Amino acid sequence: MSRAAVDVSGLEDSAFGHKGLIWWGTVGYMVIEGSMFLIVFVAYFYLRLRESVWPPSLPNPDVFMPTVNLLVMAVSCLPAHVVKRAAERCDIHGVRRWLLVLTVFATATVVLRALEYPGLNCRWDDNAYASVTWVLLSLHTVHLATDMVDSYVLLAMAHRKPATRKRFVDFAENSLYWYFIVTAFVPIYLTVYWAPRWL
Amino acid sequence: MATADAIPADEEARIRVELERSWAVPRGLIGWLSVVDHRSIGRRYLVTAFVFFVLAGVLAALMRIQLAFPENTFLGPDLYNQIFTIHGTAMMFLFAVPVMDAMAIYLVPLMVGARNLAFPRLNTYSYFVYLFGGVMLFVTLLLNSAPDVGWFSYVPLAGPDYSPGKRADFWAQLITFTEVAALAVAVEIVATVFKMRAPGMSLNRIPLFVWAMLVMAFMVIFAMPAVVTSSSFLLLDRLVGTHFYNPAEGGDALLFQHLFWFFGHPEVYIIFVPALGMVSAIITTFTGRPVVGYTAMVLALVATGFIGFGLWVHHMFTTGLPQLGLTYFTAASMIIAIPSGVQIFCWIASLWRGRPRFHTPLLFVLGFIAIFVLGGLSGVTLASVPFNLQVHDTYYVVAHFHYVLLGGAVFPLIGGIYYWFPKITGRLMSDALGKVNFWVLFIGFNVTFFPMHFLGVQGMPRRVYTYPANMGWGTLNLISTAGAALLVLGGAVFLYNVVRSYSAGPPAGDDPWRGDSLEWTISSPPPVYNFLHIPVVEGRHAAWDRSPDPPVVTGLRTDCREVLVTAVMDAEPDNKVEFPSPTIWPFACAVVTSLFFIGSVFTPWAVPVAVAPLAVTLIGWFWPKERR
Repeated sequence: MSRAAVDVSGLEDSAFGHKGLIWWGTVGYMVIEGSMFLIVFVAYFYLRLRESVWPPSLPNPDVFMPTVNLLVMAVSCLPAHVVKRAAERCDIHGVRRWLLVLTVFATATVVLRALEYPGLNCRWDDNAYASVTWVLLSLHTVHLATDMVDSYVLLAMAHRKPATRKRFVDFAENSLYWYFIVTAFVPIYLTVYWAPRWL
Repeated sequence: MATADAIPADEEARIRVELERSWAVPRGLIGWLSVVDHRSIGRRYLVTAFVFFVLAGVLAALMRIQLAFPENTFLGPDLYNQIFTIHGTAMMFLFAVPVMDAMAIYLVPLMVGARNLAFPRLNTYSYFVYLFGGVMLFVTLLLNSAPDVGWFSYVPLAGPDYSPGKRADFWAQLITFTEVAALAVAVEIVATVFKMRAPGMSLNRIPLFVWAMLVMAFMVIFAMPAVVTSSSFLLLDRLVGTHFYNPAEGGDALLFQHLFWFFGHPEVYIIFVPALGMVSAIITTFTGRPVVGYTAMVLALVATGFIGFGLWVHHMFTTGLPQLGLTYFTAASMIIAIPSGVQIFCWIASLWRGRPRFHTPLLFVLGFIAIFVLGGLSGVTLASVPFNLQVHDTYYVVAHFHYVLLGGAVFPLIGGIYYWFPKITGRLMSDALGKVNFWVLFIGFNVTFFPMHFLGVQGMPRRVYTYPANMGWGTLNLISTAGAALLVLGGAVFLYNVVRSYSAGPPAGDDPWRGDSLEWTISSPPPVYNFLHIPVVEGRHAAWDRSPDPPVVTGLRTDCREVLVTAVMDAEPDNKVEFPSPTIWPFACAVVTSLFFIGSVFTPWAVPVAVAPLAVTLIGWFWPKERR
């Protein structure tokens, strides 16, 4: 006697992108964190509407250091992209090389971020403008620092055998998360540093 | 679809033994803390949520004793404030959402034909974070330091000027605890439903219960960041002197209300939508026919999910917002009655055209329909601004939301417990006792909460610890308290039935109700691997539509925790992935997270102190241990 069967023995172990489970977990958290950013933006502009002058009684934030950081982040998408491509080819040497470059970039962005804070020209407890500015930037800083540490850990993993396909998926999805962090900084940069000048 | 030779009995036995070894639940204390099995975590969530339910219910009973007579001195005002705050907070954040998560964690993998929930270690982590948060809240009550500003903790009352001490901070961090847990579960549910369904279970064959859980998960993902933000702002205002809600420095107290209710109203549907899924599952089984209007039901669930985000201002009608805005929110609040109405009519049509078997689960569903329709009607009245202005913050609102939440969610939930208890434990609950249970609860519920409508219209405000005798509210309050005694009795009957049936109930067999979904095709309780062979689904009602020799998936490894990943739309097999084994790291991470949250109630230095241990536990969690 025989029964109908779906034989899955030939299917790949793990998959890249939306075909794989890890992608769904990563995107799930990106949506959650993106929603959080969005809500803080709403709070920022809600508070803005309550003031006639913005920033109220405080100087504008400096734009030089964050602009440099934005450029560094934009360039860092290149090694992130190459890591993703290498991971999708299961090329461990390419991953090791470019993940190291990405790690250097991630570290640089965190160092630059530390230098951004004095240029905000306010303390979080000065007034509501200062509070929301600090929170918006710090929320992003937490993401930057987390992904920097994540990149260190992945770099260590890349030098550990065996280099399974599942691990290559992790390398690739880390790049996706890095894109998210960089993309999130664009509206944050415009809001924190330019909204006080334009609005 | 290929064909395969019938699997010989000895080969089946080998597969079973190997699967039992691969998916084994670890033993001992360390094993208990390390478990990643969805059934174990689901049961823990369920038991923990019901423990919090009982504790919060006891607090409600204490409040009713206090209010039974005018000028009663059973509870003082300070303790009363703490009790009503803990009651509401625990019911919403420690019972209602987690208990629905519990049902999803246990049942969704079984209903979609998977061996576990996606991201099983995250599941373990979420449970312990939830548990520690709940324990923290009740410990504050024992220490006379419990939050005392209501379950939504409005500023400026909850701000640093009017609530010195740490009470409001504990409320804010409780929110963080429970939201971290709920968001994790939401991501797991979405990934499981979209990517781990058995082949053949295309989107239009997903059980309505699973659809409901999916909608709930999406609502959690989009709603809960708002409440985390609102409570974090509150904590920052109190701890490090930010000014989000301080009008003197450019902040705004109404910002808190907007953020809170942008979450708070969807929260009602986060609790209620899963209950709708349970109602559909029970009606399908106990009428022996598919629910009328599957597509309409799914669309109604999704529509509820969307519209639920557009109503939050109806909680703020008395705050002086512009009239035009209020008009929109009135309309939106009334529109949401449409998808609810669609579902009610579909259920009534199903009952009408089916052959209902009036076992306990169906009784609870019928009770739900009666109570929920009343709650919906009072909801429509509250959507009207002039009426809302009159009864805002009165017992009319208390009556309304208990009709919607207790009637709309707890009645189906208890029906669901009666329905799935045999699957979870392998034993049936007493149907006779269940019917007694239903009638005591149904009568008790209405005697408790119906008089509150009148009290509200007569002007009795909520959250007062007593009232003068000459207000004339004594009789209705006494009736309400008598109803609460019946509710306590009903709760005791339910617990007795659960405990007694767990140890001495008759064996249930695989499918005691002739259920339609996949969980009824496997043994009760399910084996650790759920399905010996991942099934191939042949119809919308997977158990009813099975052929005599149903097709299965072959080729999955049984010597490790390998699972099948399928395509989103049609669930075609796509790839395989090995699930992680049990480990202590998620528990360790939950401990560090909890210490961090509790520490940050007292000092901002908890943040830098927690970074290193948090990083260590996370690295331990994610560090790969796969074999070559």
